[in-house]
Parts: sequence; structure tokens; C-alpha cells
Amino acid sequence: MMFDFLVDLTGSPILAGTIQSLLPLFLFILPFALFAVYLERKVSAHMQDRLGPMRTGWHGWIQTVADILKLIQKEDIVATDNDKFLFNLAPIVVFVGSYAAFAAIPFSSMFIGTEMDLGIFYIVAVTGLVVAGILMAGWASNNKYSLLGSMRSVAQIISYEIPTILVMLSIVMISGTMSLHTLSEQQTGYAWNWYIFGGPGSELSKFLFIPSMVVGFVIIYISTLAEVNRTPFDIPEAESELVSGYHTEYSGMKFAMFFLAEYANMFAVSAIVVALFLGGYQSPIGYLGDLIGAKWMIPIEQFSWFTIKGVFFVFVQMWLRWTLPRLRVDQLMAVSWKYLIPIAFVNLIIIGLITLL
Amino acid sequence: MKKAEEIFQILKDNFPESNLELKNDQPTEAILIAPPLEIDKISLFLRDSSELLFDSLMNLSGVDDPKALLLSVYYHLESTKLKHKITLKVSTDRNKPEVSTVTEVWKGADWHEREAYDLFGIIFLNHPDLRRILMPYDWDAGYPLRKDYENPEFYQGMKVPY
Amino acid sequence: MPQDSVLNTKSSAVRTEEMVLNMGPQHPSTHGVLRLELTLEGEIVSKVVPHIGYLHRCFEKHCEAMTYPQIVPYTDRMDYLAPMGNEFGYAIAMEKLLGIQVPERVEYIRVIMAELQRISSHLVALGTYGADIGAFTPFLYCFIDREKVLNLFEITCGARLLYNYIWIGGLSHDLHPDFVRKTLEFIKEFRPNLKEVNDLLSHNRIFIDRTANVGILPIDTAINYGVSGPNLRGSGIKWDVRREDPYSIYHKFDYDIPVGEGKYGTVGDSWDRYYVRVLEMEESCKIIEQALEQLPDGDVQSAIPKRIKPPVGHVYARVENPRGDLGYFIISDGSTSPYRVKVRAPSFVSMQVLNELCKGYMVADVVTILGSIDIVLGEIDR
Repeated sequence: MMFDFLVDLTGSPILAGTIQSLLPLFLFILPFALFAVYLERKVSAHMQDRLGPMRTGWHGWIQTVADILKLIQKEDIVATDNDKFLFNLAPIVVFVGSYAAFAAIPFSSMFIGTEMDLGIFYIVAVTGLVVAGILMAGWASNNKYSLLGSMRSVAQIISYEIPTILVMLSIVMISGTMSLHTLSEQQTGYAWNWYIFGGPGSELSKFLFIPSMVVGFVIIYISTLAEVNRTPFDIPEAESELVSGYHTEYSGMKFAMFFLAEYANMFAVSAIVVALFLGGYQSPIGYLGDLIGAKWMIPIEQFSWFTIKGVFFVFVQMWLRWTLPRLRVDQLMAVSWKYLIPIAFVNLIIIGLITLL
Repeated sequence: MKKAEEIFQILKDNFPESNLELKNDQPTEAILIAPPLEIDKISLFLRDSSELLFDSLMNLSGVDDPKALLLSVYYHLESTKLKHKITLKVSTDRNKPEVSTVTEVWKGADWHEREAYDLFGIIFLNHPDLRRILMPYDWDAGYPLRKDYENPEFYQGMKVPY
Repeated sequence: MPQDSVLNTKSSAVRTEEMVLNMGPQHPSTHGVLRLELTLEGEIVSKVVPHIGYLHRCFEKHCEAMTYPQIVPYTDRMDYLAPMGNEFGYAIAMEKLLGIQVPERVEYIRVIMAELQRISSHLVALGTYGADIGAFTPFLYCFIDREKVLNLFEITCGARLLYNYIWIGGLSHDLHPDFVRKTLEFIKEFRPNLKEVNDLLSHNRIFIDRTANVGILPIDTAINYGVSGPNLRGSGIKWDVRREDPYSIYHKFDYDIPVGEGKYGTVGDSWDRYYVRVLEMEESCKIIEQALEQLPDGDVQSAIPKRIKPPVGHVYARVENPRGDLGYFIISDGSTSPYRVKVRAPSFVSMQVLNELCKGYMVADVVTILGSIDIVLGEIDR
């Protein structure tokens, strides 16, 4: 495993542990966030019949770097009436909540942040920190609009966690494990073994699972879309109603942290959906490394498959954002409580019955 | 579809004591002149009478006439059902302008009358919320559309003519 | 102002207070500098008080110091999204007062320009309405088509936004030789684009949930308040100044008047008002095609008087602007400047009905309702 490899390399478990936990952060998340911002701008531009950034670098690929440089050198405004401690703490809490989820996400068979038996449970718990951070941001801004925005956001995230957890429960019931690493290992083979197609094995129960799995996939995708506050669920950031919701009053680096945390969160939830339903880092068509006998290539291929699937779902999230209008707050709550939760419950019961048989 | 003279005749029949006149000598339309303090009763009759049915107030504007020392209000009415139109005019004393409001009859007159008050100083009696609408709420230097209006030197510490 | 009014609820232990929230004057959603003072109980609006006057530029006082032809560029600037309509109204009023009959070619060109302007103004209304609701993409699609219309205006009179084109008694320039061909090309490209925007926005489930049954305007309230234009037609009554009080040569064209039918909700809700505008664009295309076919030859400047000195009198004339019926009340005292010009702006009258429409809805709905009334602060404040 990666940890043993690093211990051999550096000779000290503490150093190895530190490097191992920093790797996803620097090698993956930061470059991904930069890439995702650029991707969003280009995707939205091409969908709207325009070009997007074109001048910074070839077709504007260094645009995000330019934006970050700009945000770093901006004045950090803290108003007099703000609660200074909470105001400064809020972006950090949101940032930590989003990034800590990456510790349990399986990037490839050789690398995973920590080997935990409680993978999914830990992720759900840690993304709850984001709620606290948003509430702090809204309150400390001393601004009626920000407060409204943050309250709406909190209500939204909490309501949509329930369908997410229900669907996760159903997967846990089938596979028998909460660790995302084991879940990905179970879906080896070809795409046919992925959970969205019923899971590994080929008994009758696998085929019976397929409709419930597809429904579960749709539910979890919609719920995680709402958890990340993306349109059509972006009432907390609704530009035309509340200016910018809970991050109106932030400027400079703190605003950049909210921003990057949002994109990291988008990838984290896509990664969870991929790991649960679409085989995690497994390839749908077999490995090139197997074919030519180079075993060391397999983890790299797995990592690239994982990234491709994750980025594809991030792209679908962006696609939805630029196509659909926004739901109103009460309609948003109605969708969650009146539609998604009953359907997720019934799904859970059906899956439970099929598992028993 | 009625002509101005017929409408005038119907009004005269129903309001014999009021001082009504029909002026038809200038282009382009005839004007029906009514007393300022009875315009609300006349308007109610114009809206509800089955022969006239003036259910829509198209326009309400104030006009200043310093030579005759009068402030006038012109009403342009129309009937969406019977398809006829009429122009009414009321005139009041320039030093103490008072006209009855017609907001009870046509709710759309609300902001028009506020504008007439704001720009001319015509007080509409029984108006639900008579305050300035286009000028700032604390503009105390007079009524801008009057012919003898002069801009003040300062407003809240800022120099007005630039 | 009920700033801290206390409402007694059933249980005396819990006390609710009304909150006063200010939207504007600077706000990404309101269409101009408008301040809305909302009195909220939780998320439900109980009163909306609009505060206007931030864009007051003293148009009416200014007119009394200028000669009649000099007023035309200033009429542009009132409703700056539909200036051809404003100029048209002023020209019709003055020609009625002066008794001028303009050549046929001028009438046809004026109608074509007014209808093109209607398309461009409705595109802005629809695009910004979608952007308010959260659908960012139709905004750009609408603006692509609007660019084409603005290009047509630019080759005619040189300006993209404020034209000074329709003068009293005629026009400032004749049509560019390529104008007819380019306009027909535009209409050919526009019809499929309109269908695309319709598919993207009008029949989208989320859009319908946001706008249907929101802000229902009953017919009697609308007529009593003096609401006109697409807002009135959205409530189900076929009232169009081009038919009821005909001006220019609109009687020569065959076009339909779309009304709201309550397809997805009740008659008179925001979706109806929005959809009436979409349908009106299609009707404008029909009128433009017919006018271009019948366009006669002539001299567009032959009837422009050298010196405009109307007789002593007054006139009230109105035209169907994209936002409602725009009326000009002009009193002349026989000199070269008017004695009084009063403009009856449709948005000014429609704003009054906002309080009635918003009662009992949520804050997000206030934005929806305001967008569906389609106001322009330039003509409210003049």
C-alpha cells in the first residue's frame, strides 16, 4: 500500500503519514479546483453560444491562476459590526469540511487517504461541518440577506442529506461494508459488475436489483446536487434575489476559499456517487497493464479511470446548472420531503426484501 | 359609442346644480369642465352609469396657468366596453389648490395624483397617501413644473445649479 | 410605516414581528434603480411599497424650453428599450395636432420599425426574466437575436439604442438599400430561434412551477388600475390600442392578438403575461413580412414642415408600446415650444398594481412578479 511504500521511502511512519495525507490535497484537489473553474467557464460559454476566456494562455487555460492571483492581492474587508472571530473562522470551517471528505475516497487500489472501515459514515459526518461553517458565515456577516441565504442553505443541506443517507444505506445493505475501498474492490471485472447494474455475481437477485439501483442512483445524484448548492438548487447563492447569499460580505482570499471549497465539494460528491454505483476506480473494459503484463501500470490506469468518471459527473452538474432555472425555497423542500424521501424509503425496503431472498 | 355633446347632456341631466361646461372651440377634442370639489361624485357616476361606463382612466395631468391664476387637472377617460372617450378638466385657485381625489373610483389615479401634487402642488382631498413621488421626499423648495419655479441654491448641503 | 408592528398570534408565548426588507436601489435583479420596501412576516410578503424617482430627469419641464422637433431625441430616452415606440407616439400626437398627413412610405416604415422594436424589447424582457428566475442561458440566446435587430437599426439611422429617427411629419433617413433583404433574412433566422427559446424556457417544468399561479391579476382590477399592454392581455382580455384606437396603417395588416389562457395555472398569472410576450413576437414577424411586401415608394421627408407652430389647442394620442399604451398629452399655446407635455408612461401605471399582486407570496415571488410586469425605470421616472 501507499503507506508502506512511503515508510520504506522515508523511514518514519509520521512523515509517511503526513505526506500521504498531503498528497491528495496538492496533487489532486488544488489542480482539480483550478481546472474545474476553467471548465465551468468554458462549458457555460459554449452552451451560451460564446467563447469564454480566450486571452490568458492558449484558449484561456491560465485564467484561474490569474483569478487566484487577483483574489490574493485584494483587500480583506471585515466590517465593524461583524462578529470577527466567527467571520474569520467560517471559510476555514467550510474549507476543512469539504476537503476532509477526501480522506476516505478511493483514488486507486494502491492509494487511499486512510484505510477506514467507516468510509461512507465518516464522509457523511464530515460534510456536516460545512453546514456549521455556512451558518457562521451568514450570522457573522451582519447582513439580513446573508442571514436569509445561510438559513436557506442550512435547511436545504440538512433536508437533502436524508435521501442521500437512505440510498447509501441500501448500497451498504447489499455490499455489507461501509468502506469505500472495499466497495470499489468488490466491483472488479467489467462494467457488468458495477452496482448500478446490480453488483458483482450473477444470481437472479442481481437482475432484480437493477431498477432499484437506477432509481437510487438518480436520487443520490439529485440530492448531492442539492447538497453542493448548485442550480437548480442554488437558492442560497441566488444572485438575482440575495446578491450572493452567505458569501456576500467576503472578499479576497476568504472568498477564494469558499469558491474552491465549492468545487472540491462538487468533485467529492461526484466521487462518492462514482464509488458507490459506478465501480470507483475500476475500469469498465479491463486494464492495459493486464494485457501487456506490466502490473505497475494498473494503479495509474485506475486513477485515470476514477478521474475521468468523476470529472464526467462534474461536467453533468455544470451542464444542469446552465440549463435549468432555479427552484423556489418551498418547492425545493417539497421535492426533498415529499418526493425523494418516500421514493428512497420504498427503494430501501425493496432492496432489503430482495437481499433477504 | 357616444359623442362629447351627448355625454355632456347626460351629465347635465344628472347633476343639475353643478357648474358644467363644454368647450369645443380648440383642436383637437372637446373638453368638459367640472367643479373641482365635485369631481369625485361626477367620476363615480361616469364609471357606474350604464350608458357611459367609463371604466378606465387613461391619464391625469396637472397644468399650470399663471396668467389666469389657476391650476388645472385634466382627466382623460375611456370606456373599454362602449368604446368612447372624454376629456375632463377642473380648475382651482393657484394659491389654494384643492381638488377631490378620484382614487376611490379608479385606483390607478393614485400615483398620477401624487405626481400632480409633487410637481404642481395640487392638494387632493381624501387621497390615501399624498406625498412626493418623483422628487425626494424632503424637497421643500416648491413645485418644479410651475411656470414660476426657481431652483434652490442648496439642497441638503449640495449645490443645486451646476 | 409599520416598522415594528407586533402581531398577536394565537399563543401568547410566541410573538412574531414584521420585518422590513429593502430591495434596491442597487440590486442585480430590479430592472433599473428602484427601491422596493417589503414588509415580511417570515417569508410571506404583506406589503410592497415601491419608491421611485431615482431616474427623474425632468423631461416634462425640459420640453417647455425646447422647440417641437428638438424634443424627439428626449422622447427616446424615456423608455430606452423601445425608443421607436416613444418617437412614434410623439409624432402621431403632433401630426394630429398639426393636421399633417404623412406619405404612405413613411407610414409603412414607421410600422416596420415599431414592430422590430417590439421584438427587440420583448427579447430583453424574456431574457432578463429568465435570468431572474435562474436560467442564465436563454438570456444570451435572446440577446443574440436582439443584436441582429440592433444591426438593422444601425444601418438605417446610425444608432443602436437611441435613434432620433421618427420625426414630426416624416423620418430622418430613408431605408438603406439592403434593409429589406436583411430584415427578411433576420425573420427567417428568428422563427426557429424563437422556438428554441420556447423549448428551453417556456415549457420547462421548473420555470412553470416558479411562474404559474404567481401574481394573478384579475381583469377588473387591471382595468381599474389602468394596466395595459401584455399585462392586461395576460389576464384574458383582447385589448390592443392598434385595434381599439387605430393609428397609422395597422388596419391594413392581418395579425392576431394573443391573450393569456391560463394554460399552466390560472388566467392572469405570471406565466400568462410572459407567454403573451412570446406570442406577440411571432405576430410582429407577420406584420413585418406583410409590410415589407407592400412597401411603396416615396419621399420620406416631403411632409416635414419647415417650422412647427401648431395652433392653440391640445391633443391626447396613444400608441401600443411593448410595455403598454403610451400616451402623450400636449398643450400648445401657439408658439414654437409646447406649453405642457405630459407623458402617460405604461410602466408608471403598472407599478401601482405590484402591491396587490405580491400580497401573500414569498420574497422570491416578488422578483418573479416584478419581472413579469416588465418595467423600465426610464419611463416611470421620466
